[in-house]
Amino acid sequence: MSQKIFRKGFLALAVTTALSISSVVEADIVIGVAGPHTGANASFGEQYWRGATQAADDINAAGGVNGEKIKLVKADDACEPKQAVSVANRLVDQDKAIGVVGHFCSSSTIPASEVYDEAGIIAITPGSTNPQVTERGLSGMFRMCGRDDQQGIVAGDYIVDVLKAKKVAIIHDKDTYGQGLADATKAQLAKRGVKEVLYEGLTRGEKDFNALVTKIRASGAEVVYFGGLHPEAGPLVRQMREQGLTAKFLSGDGIVTDELVTTAGGPQYTKGVLMTFGADPRKIEDGKAVIEKFRAAGFEPEGYTLYAYASLQALAAAFAGAGANDPAKASEWLKSHPVQTVMGKKEWDGKGDLKVSDYVIYEWDDAGKYHQQ
Amino acid sequence: MDGIILQQLINGLTLGSVYGLIAIGYTMVYGIIGMINFAHGEVYMISAYIAAITLAILAFFGLESFPLLILGTLLFTIAVTGVYGFVIERIAYKPLRNSTRLAPLISAIGMSLILQNYVQLSQGARQQGVPTLLDGALKFHIGEGFVQLTYTKVFILVAAFLGMAVLTYVIQRTKLGRMCRATQQDRKMASILGINTDRVISYVFVIGAAMAALAGVLITMNYGTFDFYAGFIIGIKAFTAAVLGGIGSLPGAMLGGIILGIAEAQFSGMVNTDYKDVFSFSLLVLILIFRPQGLLGRPHVAKV
Repeated sequence: MSQKIFRKGFLALAVTTALSISSVVEADIVIGVAGPHTGANASFGEQYWRGATQAADDINAAGGVNGEKIKLVKADDACEPKQAVSVANRLVDQDKAIGVVGHFCSSSTIPASEVYDEAGIIAITPGSTNPQVTERGLSGMFRMCGRDDQQGIVAGDYIVDVLKAKKVAIIHDKDTYGQGLADATKAQLAKRGVKEVLYEGLTRGEKDFNALVTKIRASGAEVVYFGGLHPEAGPLVRQMREQGLTAKFLSGDGIVTDELVTTAGGPQYTKGVLMTFGADPRKIEDGKAVIEKFRAAGFEPEGYTLYAYASLQALAAAFAGAGANDPAKASEWLKSHPVQTVMGKKEWDGKGDLKVSDYVIYEWDDAGKYHQQ
Repeated sequence: MDGIILQQLINGLTLGSVYGLIAIGYTMVYGIIGMINFAHGEVYMISAYIAAITLAILAFFGLESFPLLILGTLLFTIAVTGVYGFVIERIAYKPLRNSTRLAPLISAIGMSLILQNYVQLSQGARQQGVPTLLDGALKFHIGEGFVQLTYTKVFILVAAFLGMAVLTYVIQRTKLGRMCRATQQDRKMASILGINTDRVISYVFVIGAAMAALAGVLITMNYGTFDFYAGFIIGIKAFTAAVLGGIGSLPGAMLGGIILGIAEAQFSGMVNTDYKDVFSFSLLVLILIFRPQGLLGRPHVAKV
């Protein structure tokens, strides 16, 4: 009898020791920040990282989540699907992340999210807009931005209603994001009775699009819609202007960085370029204090910076709301509760999409900056 | 369709002349040591960075007239890139001179990765750009349509053909060229007859790098943007051009580059941009089937 009590006591002691040890070891909530930290799209990775680190600092300063501090891990996918899967595996197996902010390119997010789904962790992408990101029924996949089919509707309507164009050339970069966006715009144009005069793909990584530009010129297009990213958009718009093509240039959220001007070779080429992007989060009152913090540190929170900040806020809120660091419970919580972020109140539907998206048109000026119209 | 075909011809010619310049580096190295220098695309990429840095320095010292600016940039970039070519050969290929044929090929691929990462780490992964140096364009009206040609493109065409002409003269008429040709014909015999073949191989790497540097300055001027990854695609295209023209043949590399550039542009214009690379590589396969030595290459005759 006494032996039994002793054994029970020993067991209880062992369990409490183990618990206290494990709570010392896992005193941090590990969150991965996955995106193109290197490569041609590294500026978006920098926006992600800046946004997420600032958010983590602010949340940790306010006491953390469930009494634990958030620890961020940088995961570089260089916008390559293969690398995205391998960093996703590393986040899950080695770093033991329970949440991920990322990725950026839809072609990376889609395969990586399969890994997160298998490991049962929660992921929220600040910037992947392809519909397939949330359409596949993964329970822990969310996004902080709109979808290409919403973005395409705004672009298509703008071309028809404001630019009043009859002839539209649609160019894409043959990538999941770029072509998906181009197709969404094409569908909306078709719905509004405009058939494109040209629909073609260019190759990512190339710089010479002169042959394509000549073809656009021959098609007589008044508007060129481009689905793709700034490393190709810049040279494309420059070569259009160099060949004397004055058609309007409209693109999506893949060019929302000052680097567009660098890749085009100066603001004289990007002047008048139009793009669709979520309403400028810097204009929302909720984020004022945070934006001041970024600016004080010498970083302008452009593009996806605040999206990344808000994504981490949403993750923290979900874990706090679930009351435990359980990704499955957190996903469930996030699908039924709104979260107050730097970008205002955000609410998700059952798929993980935002209930309200707010795409608007921006225009680039002759000083190389973009402004909401 | 007025002027469209002509415009595409100009597009193809400017692109092709640059392919040709880079192809020279592949073809000369192959001609002399029978090895494909897969790090050559990266030499071009590095020259773009050197050109941009030189431009910035010259502009900082208040040099603003275009001829002086471009001449200074060209000379400095060619010199520094030439040094890169020399050093790359010393580090990655010379120690492997008498090993199996596979070893230098693999060390070339390794060199290419090292150079890419070295530039990424030292210069950052972001896109880099230079402002337009030469504003304005020529415009010709043809029927209803027009052909537009920027001054930059005119400059590129002239400079590229001038570069090729100078190189052809050097190879055909000077002592250095004679040494190169002799080494290419028979390395062992040339060295018996008193030519320092190791030095000739170094020269060839420097010449190839200099041509890639010329291409780097010209493309940087034309597109205004580049990154650490810029050497990959253009390297593959230039390699294709060298094989198309007959690898080992100098006029073949230039011709191959121009044919490839024009074929790409005309195919994009008339059929489809999506499949232009498929078309270029199909063209290469067809030529290799019917003329395995390439357009201007000489068939390899084994001496018995």
